[in-house]
Amino acid sequence: MNQYSLIKKIFILTVVIFGFIFALPNVVKLPSFMPSKTVKLGLDLQGGAHLLLQVDEKSVMKEFYDGLGDTVRAKLRSEKIGYKKISSDSNNLSVTISNESQIEKARKVTKSIVEDLSIADNKNVITYKLNDFGINNKLLDIVEQTIEVIRRRVDATGTQEPLIQRQGNNRIVVQLPGVENPNEIKSLLGRTAKLSFHLEDSTGLKSPSTIRTIDEDGNILILKRRAYLTGKNLLDAQPSYNNNLPVVSFRFDSSGARKFGRLTSLNVGKRIVIMLDGKVISSPVVNEPILGGSGVISGNFSIEEVNELSILLRAGALPAPLSVVEERTVGPGLGADSIASGKMASVLGLLFVVLFMFFAYRLFGLYANIALAINMVLILSVLTILQATLTLPGIAGIVLTIGMAVDANVLIFERIREEYNSGSKLHTALEKGFNSAFTTILDANITGLIAGIILYVFGTGPIQGFAVTLSIGIVTSMFSAIMITRWILISWVIRKNPTELPKGF
Amino acid sequence: MNLLPNSNFNFMSKTRLFFFTSLFLLISTVGLLTFKGINYGIDFSGGILIEVKVKDGVTISDVRKKISSLKRFDSSLQEFGSSQDILIRSSVNDIELNQAVELIKNTINEQVVEFRRVEIVGPVIGEELKKYAFYAVIFALLAMMMYIWIRFEWQYGVGALIALFHDVLITIGFVSLLDIEFGLSVLAAILTIAGYSINDTVVIFDRVRENFSKHKKKEYEEIFNLSINQSLNRTIMTSLTTLVALITLYLFGGEVISGFTLAMIIGVVIGTYSSNFVAVPVLLLLKPNRGAIEEFIDPVKAKFFEKEQND
Repeated sequence: MNQYSLIKKIFILTVVIFGFIFALPNVVKLPSFMPSKTVKLGLDLQGGAHLLLQVDEKSVMKEFYDGLGDTVRAKLRSEKIGYKKISSDSNNLSVTISNESQIEKARKVTKSIVEDLSIADNKNVITYKLNDFGINNKLLDIVEQTIEVIRRRVDATGTQEPLIQRQGNNRIVVQLPGVENPNEIKSLLGRTAKLSFHLEDSTGLKSPSTIRTIDEDGNILILKRRAYLTGKNLLDAQPSYNNNLPVVSFRFDSSGARKFGRLTSLNVGKRIVIMLDGKVISSPVVNEPILGGSGVISGNFSIEEVNELSILLRAGALPAPLSVVEERTVGPGLGADSIASGKMASVLGLLFVVLFMFFAYRLFGLYANIALAINMVLILSVLTILQATLTLPGIAGIVLTIGMAVDANVLIFERIREEYNSGSKLHTALEKGFNSAFTTILDANITGLIAGIILYVFGTGPIQGFAVTLSIGIVTSMFSAIMITRWILISWVIRKNPTELPKGF
Repeated sequence: MNLLPNSNFNFMSKTRLFFFTSLFLLISTVGLLTFKGINYGIDFSGGILIEVKVKDGVTISDVRKKISSLKRFDSSLQEFGSSQDILIRSSVNDIELNQAVELIKNTINEQVVEFRRVEIVGPVIGEELKKYAFYAVIFALLAMMMYIWIRFEWQYGVGALIALFHDVLITIGFVSLLDIEFGLSVLAAILTIAGYSINDTVVIFDRVRENFSKHKKKEYEEIFNLSINQSLNRTIMTSLTTLVALITLYLFGGEVISGFTLAMIIGVVIGTYSSNFVAVPVLLLLKPNRGAIEEFIDPVKAKFFEKEQND
């Protein structure tokens, strides 16, 4: 076996030294000029809540087609095209034109309202439907907006380091480290918080332009469907007190203030209806014009409700309703127990494997154990550098790696013994052992990596954590079991110039 | 320590035994899956899971009484590691999952020291995870087979694939038999087993390929026996170190991953068996082309041989 070249030695040493430096902060605190990052723990180890939220695709689409209907209606009116009916649901918008001869014209003028729209007509009915590309874009857009609102709402609760990101095309992952009981946040996220100001309909008749509902005291109330003002114009909302009752005080932006001023000036003595998510929360009678752009919402609120409502109004409305489709919460007790048992299992697993290797291969086993120890350090440092999340299954992956990492050395040692027993000189046996085991090790580990990568791609959360440690372990174990062990063996050969295998091998 | 010095077992004379053993295990698996089924965890079935640590003196039946007094849904309770730790599971269908969790939490609040874990998986998610799980397994197996096919020849790929399906199916059989809860982590265990098993298979196939070019006169049976025997020490050593690590994990790693570890332990044993006694007999059946092997010189190895000659 030839001595390693200087470059190779420097390379190996550099990797090992950097490995140690980056792994060290996990054990002791280093001076400030040294790395300070530690391994990032998954929610299952540090405790916390993982929520998967789903945007209600149907209501997104329904709202889109409703809005489209309004635009089409306005267009047809301005082009003086008569229509009988405009109806929308979550799948499409259909418009019935009064006079079949005008259908071509109607098609033409409404064609370019929105992109990615497919338009079909049948006799005097035109159907508008967003194509898949358009639907996807629409959803992505809504999800992005939703993430912004969620972030503002979660921040308002004071949660540290929340992780909020899109998953797929209609889902959002929210991870809340340290949150033991996510109920408060769940109820915050579960509300759309669409605020709107309406006028009472004085005719008292039911018609397409009115809504019949009940007010906060349970009395029947008819109000104008069209919202005069919405929560979009709100600048601020804070909990406060009015006549010793908890209320939400709010302030509009300048255009909102103007509209609100006009609304209250023109309707003194009438009722203004404030609705939240389709329910009347307050319907006060206007005593005098409110020109400053601020006011209070008083209902039968508790202090908690006022706090929550303020947060919701400040953070803005969700563009579409959300539902929690998956939740995984781990308490701090279980997390701590998992870390403790994970440490215990890793240390004992390492100990047993080290003893086993030593008894099986004695001196060479000791060499393999040095490589194994370096491997552990490297896994820890790569995890730290990549800031990959360490989960409980991830720890299992490390323990498994301990067991499997020695495989490369076992393969090499068995080969060496075989070559030696079949009459090769020790030097040749060592050389051949490494060389013929190499491809086998490579093939075997690449297939292992395939499993790791597929686990990562298809897995979620903790499973990905497992895939990461397993894959890192495979790569680092090849480095340590082949390059480092070989180096140690070369040094042994040079130092002792042995002619036979060590005792007990 | 040389476990089996110069072992020379005639494994290839026992192929019928191996065949019937595997067949028995596979049929048992099919039987178990048909008649007993799999205990799907909430990852796949959807539902709720709550792990609680109860106060001193509170027993599992106290908690059960409280929950059944709700009369709202069926739930199953089990002790989890100790009598103070209780796992509550329910596949609620008539009320919303989130509400069900709230209801249970409020009902047993005074009996509980800590809510250690709460998991809610909506039915849609459960179905999706099932689908992904299926794809993941199929993908992984095919990808591994492709790799073997590229590195060796198609007969080896087929042998490896059969061994892999064998391992995955029989492990699932054991999961059913031992009533291990089949969730995402057990799925991860199964894929890891596939990785481990193919690792083992590759080691032996590599030997077979090498022996084909070394011993041109020997019969297939002799080559296969020789290859398995030559690798036997390594096979045993590696299985043992892996099993030692896994058993430690099973004993000390905590309840949460015990199902995962148990599946892995079983899988390592089956994977080791199949690499030797399923994958190789398949080669015996398919008789890979020995001539082609001689022409096919592994590029990585070739480089080393070149170097050796220069030395």
